[in-house]
Amino acid sequence: MKREKVIQVADLTKRFGDFAAVDAISFDVYRGEIFGFLGANGAGKTTAMKMLIGISNPTSGQAQVAGFDVFTHAEDIKKNIGYMSQKFALYDDLTVRENIRFFGGIYGLSRGRIKEKSDALIEELGLQGAAHKLVGALPLGWKQKLSFSVALIHDPKIVFLDEPTGGVDPITRRQFWEMIYKAAHQGTTVFVTTHYMDEAEYCDRVSIMVNGKIEALDSPKLLKEQFQAANMNDVFLKLARG
Amino acid sequence: MSITLANISKSYKSLKALEAISFEVKAGELFGLIGPDGAGKTTLFRILTTLLLADEGTARVTGFDVVSDYKKIRNSVGYMPGRFSLYQDLTVEENLTFFATIFGTTIAENYDLIKEIYVQIEPFKDRRAGKLSGGMKQKLALCCALIHKPEVLFLDEPTTGVDPVSRKEFWEMLKRLQQKGITILVSTPYMDEAALCDRIALIQGGKILQIDTPQAIVRHYPKPIYNLRANKTYQLIKALKAYKNNYSVYPFGEFVHYTDQRTDFDPSELKAYLESEGLSDVVIEKTEATIEDTFMELAK
Amino acid sequence: MKRFIGFIKKEFYHIFRDRRSLFILFGMPIAQILLFGFAITNEINNVDIAILDSSKDDVTEEIIHKISASKYFSIKQFIEKESDIKGIFKQGKVKAILNFEKDFSKNLVKDHKTTIQIITDATDPNTANTIANFVNAILQKYQKSLNEDLVVAYQIVPESRMVYNPELKSVYMFVPGVMTIILMLVSAMMTSISITREKEMGTMEILLVSPLKPIQVIVGKVFPYIFLSIINAVVIVVLSIFIFKMPVQGSLFLLALESILFIVSALALGILISTISATQQTAMMISLMGLMLPVILLSGFIFPISSMPVPLQLISNIIPAKWFIIIIKGIMLKGVGLEFIWKETLILLGMTVFFIALSVRKYKIRLA
Repeated sequence: MKREKVIQVADLTKRFGDFAAVDAISFDVYRGEIFGFLGANGAGKTTAMKMLIGISNPTSGQAQVAGFDVFTHAEDIKKNIGYMSQKFALYDDLTVRENIRFFGGIYGLSRGRIKEKSDALIEELGLQGAAHKLVGALPLGWKQKLSFSVALIHDPKIVFLDEPTGGVDPITRRQFWEMIYKAAHQGTTVFVTTHYMDEAEYCDRVSIMVNGKIEALDSPKLLKEQFQAANMNDVFLKLARG
Repeated sequence: MSITLANISKSYKSLKALEAISFEVKAGELFGLIGPDGAGKTTLFRILTTLLLADEGTARVTGFDVVSDYKKIRNSVGYMPGRFSLYQDLTVEENLTFFATIFGTTIAENYDLIKEIYVQIEPFKDRRAGKLSGGMKQKLALCCALIHKPEVLFLDEPTTGVDPVSRKEFWEMLKRLQQKGITILVSTPYMDEAALCDRIALIQGGKILQIDTPQAIVRHYPKPIYNLRANKTYQLIKALKAYKNNYSVYPFGEFVHYTDQRTDFDPSELKAYLESEGLSDVVIEKTEATIEDTFMELAK
Repeated sequence: MKRFIGFIKKEFYHIFRDRRSLFILFGMPIAQILLFGFAITNEINNVDIAILDSSKDDVTEEIIHKISASKYFSIKQFIEKESDIKGIFKQGKVKAILNFEKDFSKNLVKDHKTTIQIITDATDPNTANTIANFVNAILQKYQKSLNEDLVVAYQIVPESRMVYNPELKSVYMFVPGVMTIILMLVSAMMTSISITREKEMGTMEILLVSPLKPIQVIVGKVFPYIFLSIINAVVIVVLSIFIFKMPVQGSLFLLALESILFIVSALALGILISTISATQQTAMMISLMGLMLPVILLSGFIFPISSMPVPLQLISNIIPAKWFIIIIKGIMLKGVGLEFIWKETLILLGMTVFFIALSVRKYKIRLA
């Protein structure tokens, strides 16, 4: 069985003057995969992700995301992906329902579809009692689960998560990962950028960026074997220290 | 005792940030406060550094009461708040000089204490603090907190947002400072950092879940834990949750951590069940509990 | 003391490294003075007017000639009947109409009194007012010349409203106002922002957990701005003297002392603002809305207090800027000494003491 590639990247490069923030990276991501995109601050992972989600133009190379070219069809990419970041996710001063309605509206869902989605989503997250509460009043863990669901509201092919679980309590974190597994099981590709190495352990495959280049790419299990490390943190330390 | 807390409580309006917190930190100890965001760690630090008044309870730092003797405490502790509070528009050296001056000392006077850390950032001493990387900022902030040779060091989430290499170096620095006789109270949301402390307090929702050495905390985990793996993780979790004898099921990195209600649990029976559910490549192996397992068990 | 000096040194680093703020700090007073001096002026030039002359005699002709000869007015059109007045204003072609009554010169000779109506387009009340004043000035001048020729004076010259500004130089009016605004802005806004910035960056926590006394922090924050404000005040006075030839009639020493008093009161207000705001943005909003607007609107700088509704007149009393403007107008334009402005000075002093006491009380030795 040949697996469908939803992200194809070849020699993708971004230069700022003489400095190559992203230096000819190549990789593929398959449908339904949980792909970890790792690197220290400043390694270039944010720049690379910006190119993939169509908000930054590459200097050279090729990349296709959800079947669209990042150079020519950035707008089509945006319609077919979801995005969630720890820094910005939902509006604190809107209620749960208002947030869902707003984001549903952005992605052009019909009124009926939004209503349907809202009900399903609120039911699934057990937020029935809180649907009319302001999001700002919800506990952090709930907010994160809700914003993940909202990122999936238009059934995107790929969802990009930017450091999704930093700082949440361990139980909520597990619930969050169960949601990610479920989304992947249903065929959504999950692209996680993070510098928390324990988040990497949950991914099917991870790539590790150092100074603009991808220095390692494999499943956490094989990477740990390859680097003879007990966990991904040690893998990273060995890579970063050369 | 270097730090003593007795029944400390603090509320913000309707939110209970801390509920009857009591513990002690011995002189020269490296004590970790481990818990997620919103657990009350920062509030606790602010009460101990005399920045906030508790609603109830008493606390003493280096023998002084945090309310009546706050001035003495302010002279003898070092504090590094979360998000490296430095002057971004001042250079590395100017920041350090400033903090030395306001504590009535000079860099030269206590250079021995910070030397090991400062040499790493010294090449950038004319660079503005705002232009440093996260790891560099963290080191500079630590130098600034140490420059007046405090007896007790309070570090509020010093490793948040810092890359793994800097994190590791930072903990190595703390170990060395501890050897110089400084008492350190450090907070972190990363469970894996707990093992590096002498003793830890697990905290969530303003309550202490447990206090002990990291080794003792994992030893006291009540049940045997099994690592499970199969070809499809999501179905594996679903099947385990549907299994009548399960006690807890948590995804845990590339595995799923499983505990069983029964004392005479037989892994091969579970394996047969999972295979009957359509899973293949099932692996079940016994594993050690981690701080995170204990935390989840206690927080349940 | 060494701690304190170290603190002040740090404050100056902050100020001099923030190029943008520094530019605003010193660029603003210069820009404002030039703006008010040259562009936004109360002077008029070549204003279009219309004439309705129902007498058409020697006197009216002479007056019309004098008006058209002045650089202030240009006569756009002559109209014949009163019913045309409305239409002309509606077209917006002229700003004012001079209406000479019938038998203008006859009445002057017979009754020693005659009237001329000055109708101005008051959609812009300031200009309208100025136009009326200018016409009056020309008329008075003419009357004077008339009276010289005659044995019996025709009419008592009315009290002029331009005693302290005979050339109607509006810059004289604006300098005190601009100075007040600048000092207020630099002192209050900059201090409140610089204190709240420390809160926002989290450095305030470290300062509090240090042996530095609260009073040292406050004075340390305030000191650089006293210094900068004084420089600004000097720049403004020098500019107005040399560019606009505005005389400072009174004592420069008294002016300096009063300015420092006002600066200190504004700084105390700034500290007060910083104690109630958590972020730089809030501090800026409160400074702008709570201080700048009242200073501009209610201090008598632009709108005369006497023409405000009574409630606003009462409110204007609690605005320090109002008293400062009275004081510096007195010193700069009238050349009065402390004996005439001691009351205002005392009020300002009282306010300053009150603000300082309040802000020291409010300054927290702990967070929240």
